[in-house]
Amino acid sequence: MAAPTMNRPDSDMPDFEPKVQTITLAKGINMGLRAAMEADKKVLVMGEDVGKLGGVFRITDGLQKDFGEERVLDTPLAESGIIGTAVGLAMRGFRPVCEIQFDGFIFPGFDQIVSQVAKLHNRSKGSIKLPIVIRVPYGGGIGAVEHHSESPEAYFAHTAGLKVVSCSNPVDAYWMIQQAIWSDDPVLFFEPKRRYYEKAQFDPAVSPDPLWSSRQLTSGKDVTVVGYGPTVRIALDGAAAAAEEGKELEVFDLRTLSPLDLGPVYESVRKTGRLVTISEAPSNCSISSEVAARVQRECFYSLQAPVLQVNGFDTPYPMSKAEEEYLPDLDKLLHAVDRSLGY
Amino acid sequence: MVLHAPETGHSTLLPSAEPVQLIDEHGAVTPHADYDLPSEAELLAAYRALVLGRRFDRQATTMVKQGRLAVYPSSNGQEASQVGAVLATRNDDWLFPTYRDCVALVTRGVDPVGVLTLLRGDWHSGYDPYEQHVAPQCTPLATQSLHGVGLAHAARLKGEDTVALVFIGDGATSEGDFHEALNFAAVFKAPVVFFVQNNGFAISVPLDKQSVAPSLAHKAIGYGIPGKRVDGNDVAAVISVVSAAVERARAGEGPTLIEAHTYRIDAHTNADDATRYRDAHDVEAWRGKDPVSRIDAYLRGTGALTEELAAGYAAEAEAVAEDLRRRLGADPVTDPRELFHHVYADRERLADQARLLDEELALEEGAGQ
Ligand SMILES: Cc1ncc(C[n+]2csc(CCOP(=O)(O)OP(=O)(O)O)c2C)c(N)n1
Repeated sequence: MAAPTMNRPDSDMPDFEPKVQTITLAKGINMGLRAAMEADKKVLVMGEDVGKLGGVFRITDGLQKDFGEERVLDTPLAESGIIGTAVGLAMRGFRPVCEIQFDGFIFPGFDQIVSQVAKLHNRSKGSIKLPIVIRVPYGGGIGAVEHHSESPEAYFAHTAGLKVVSCSNPVDAYWMIQQAIWSDDPVLFFEPKRRYYEKAQFDPAVSPDPLWSSRQLTSGKDVTVVGYGPTVRIALDGAAAAAEEGKELEVFDLRTLSPLDLGPVYESVRKTGRLVTISEAPSNCSISSEVAARVQRECFYSLQAPVLQVNGFDTPYPMSKAEEEYLPDLDKLLHAVDRSLGY
Repeated sequence: MVLHAPETGHSTLLPSAEPVQLIDEHGAVTPHADYDLPSEAELLAAYRALVLGRRFDRQATTMVKQGRLAVYPSSNGQEASQVGAVLATRNDDWLFPTYRDCVALVTRGVDPVGVLTLLRGDWHSGYDPYEQHVAPQCTPLATQSLHGVGLAHAARLKGEDTVALVFIGDGATSEGDFHEALNFAAVFKAPVVFFVQNNGFAISVPLDKQSVAPSLAHKAIGYGIPGKRVDGNDVAAVISVVSAAVERARAGEGPTLIEAHTYRIDAHTNADDATRYRDAHDVEAWRGKDPVSRIDAYLRGTGALTEELAAGYAAEAEAVAEDLRRRLGADPVTDPRELFHHVYADRERLADQARLLDEELALEEGAGQ
């Protein structure tokens, strides 16, 4: 990765060298944070319970022990405080990585994010840069009580000045968190918490894709399927299940939600003529609706069916006993694929 | 640390150097200049509520281990704070509880199953707030403090003499909403009491990383309201101190901030591993200050608590536990269609999506046959 070297002038630490190994998505982020912290002393981790506890999901496990309390900071319990002080730190060249404990608790920090983090660069005519990463474990499917399963990514994608990404697998987790840290723009980094413990083989010698790119995961001529974060796994399972019935799905992982990288998706839809999007978020004013709007604009003459969206309902995230009904799953995806093919 | 209060009579706002205690950990009375011991009848009622509350809490803890609840934040060790604070209110006073305050709700008379509805994952709240004057248990920290202020102000506007009691944890006092609530309450002179259960920790973060104020109660003076400190494991002291604040609010003299010093004996929730951040010796030391055994010792000492009474309360507590086991053991009846029923007052708003779910459920039922 080229970018980090730009940010290493004051590093006197040995480079972190991970080995080929099987890692979970949680471990991928942990290793990525470690690599970034080794590479640049200006990288700080801050948030609620991130120090001694290693975070409620243990994503920052061991970091305070190895990098000290100045660089891995258990903050007082206040999201506006966390984000607001990160702004001041970033103004003096630090690269704070803020952890929000759960999706539903980002909102006390919302004002700082949308009024300050997003706008200071613009307000200062480019003089102030805010390389802040805000990590957010998000999404449902973990049987939690309210405020612990939400998908608030669209609020942030809607705000100019913020970049928004979501990783879907362990290897991306490792690379994308570092790329987000080296970004000079603020990045909302959404982590699919129900995929934290999914595993993959990691090889540090394989170089990563650029952060601001979507990725094609399967090839197929029948229907294009676009997911991100927690729904990528469902899309892949959908492709496997559809293949058994002789249908070919071309699956994309968006990875970057703002800016969107839809060029490859347009190409795919021009070929398949059909698009199904899948996301846990409510569909009203969502990433999925944005994808749908752009695809119908760019691929109008190729479309053979309306773009179909498989989303959560436009209700509050439900009590855990009903999340199965609420969440997009394989059946709902395949149903949408069939409907798309039925036009 | 010596704090110099301004010359404007504000020294009365400062909390005492030591938390108010009326009964010590061995059950001996420790007389206090400003607070009287509650009557024997009140203390017996408190004892009963503590026994019921503790049994409820233990049963819930067992049921979360059995997977009958999604999560349970235990009140173990904090029962005297919750019971005492609720018993200091009238039944038409409002409570603004957090997820932690299940024992407070049971004490107020909310159906124990309703108390656990949220934590069981059946719905986001399991009781009608207007029935027992208890707001839905609140998870986004400190946000309920402002609701308490608004509701208290509403009581004043409506000419009622009800008071709002806001429950909040030590960690949550760092949130902006808590400070806004203190200030609004002070400026509105709202009849609200803020009751902080300082149980030593947020999740893993200890109080000294949360605040370096001489005490959390000291935060009151900056807003121009009195701060009080109380031994949160002494139910007698909690009743007396909270009663005084509630009556002060009822009399139109404005809000009070109370810090109850207590300890969370269990982990933050069943999902937490407290051994990662605290010393087992500390937990043991606090077990020695148990809130139930001291009032037990005191009341047996005075002769008020007879074997017969104690056995009766214990039997009542067993009945509560048995009832919980029975009703929470049964498979829940949740209708996913309810998802759409209460999003807007205008039910038609989501009718199309409700139909979508109906179709899916019909498909599933069809497939299941
Ligand atoms: C706004 C917000 N941020 C974060 C959380 C996650 N969280 C739940 S409980 C908790 C600790 C709360 O500590 P405290 O206020 O002392 O209350 P206690 O749980 O000890 O009763 C945290 C950080 C939350 N519920 N709300």
